[in-house]
Amino acid sequence: MQDYAHPEALVSTDWVAENKDNSDVVVVEVDVDTGGYDQGHVPGAVGWNWSEQLCDQVVRDILPKEGMEKLLSSSGINNDATVVLYGDNNNWFAAWAFWQLKVYGHEKVAIMNGGRGKWLAEGRELSTDTPEPETTDYTASDADNSLRSFLPEVQKALGEGGFDMVDVRSPEEFSGEMLAPPGLPETCQRGGHIPGASSIPWGMACKEDGTFKDREELEELYASRGVDGDRPVIAYCRIGERSSHTWFVLAYLLGFNGVTNYDGSWTEYGNLVGVEIEKGS
Amino acid sequence: MAEALRSEDYLRRTDSVAGWPVRIVTYRIGNRHYCHIDNVSPGATISRAEGTSCREAEEAALSKAAERLEKTRRRS
Repeated sequence: MQDYAHPEALVSTDWVAENKDNSDVVVVEVDVDTGGYDQGHVPGAVGWNWSEQLCDQVVRDILPKEGMEKLLSSSGINNDATVVLYGDNNNWFAAWAFWQLKVYGHEKVAIMNGGRGKWLAEGRELSTDTPEPETTDYTASDADNSLRSFLPEVQKALGEGGFDMVDVRSPEEFSGEMLAPPGLPETCQRGGHIPGASSIPWGMACKEDGTFKDREELEELYASRGVDGDRPVIAYCRIGERSSHTWFVLAYLLGFNGVTNYDGSWTEYGNLVGVEIEKGS
Repeated sequence: MAEALRSEDYLRRTDSVAGWPVRIVTYRIGNRHYCHIDNVSPGATISRAEGTSCREAEEAALSKAAERLEKTRRRS
């Protein structure tokens, strides 16, 4: 971990096993639903449901500031706590939570390398008890939207140049051969990608066991596709969760400046009326 | 004092369901068996199931996965 630009943002399963009972540490499992959490989770871990607890339920948006304060307070998290996030799908939704916590200014937050899959594969201790933490009075900062790209910023960047656009979806989604990953609902009218984007699927940043590749390998990977940190980077996927994983890699493991997550992603851009896209690889 | 729960018999393999590559993970926690299936690329969860045996959990997960994957289309 020490070679990464921000080693404090990534902890190992060993570290979690040793520190999960530390009163300054709050471990949170973040999944698209809590089906996995219910089977068994890191003892003491709180469970967050991405669909219901980390997205606004009326406006398509991240949680509003008050919503984040409520979630963190009810999870027993105070402003000084070290929050350790992990989840399934190789930490996609944990990365989304990490990104959102950074948007709202939480300082001490880390991802457990390898996520839920690694914890299970290693046969580590599990619990089915749901903790009932003492409610805190969390105060979030105003949203730091410099970590986020909205459609007008994406369109401005496309018009002016001087940035790298990274599409982290699968090659088949990038080319337009598929409108959604296999088995998931099609949520756009057209297949393809944002003009000028580079295809660097999120999973290329991971090893077989779900942990992140070493810094040198990551630098080589992104540099080979023209992304070397010299220019701002906009990452996107289908709904913004895979791209938050790549945002984490670029901003926290490689230390690139000016990296944003375009969470509107292809479900927004691919559905725009009167806007040209690119097809093919 | 009760023995701590752990995942045991953890196995991971790749296979094909309805023509799509999938990653099948099976494990046991206590006396319940679980199966988790993802779609390899990009790695999204397709189905989860549990049962009293590994076979029961896997069959249920494969059935759900097939139902979802059969609806997936490629476009030229």
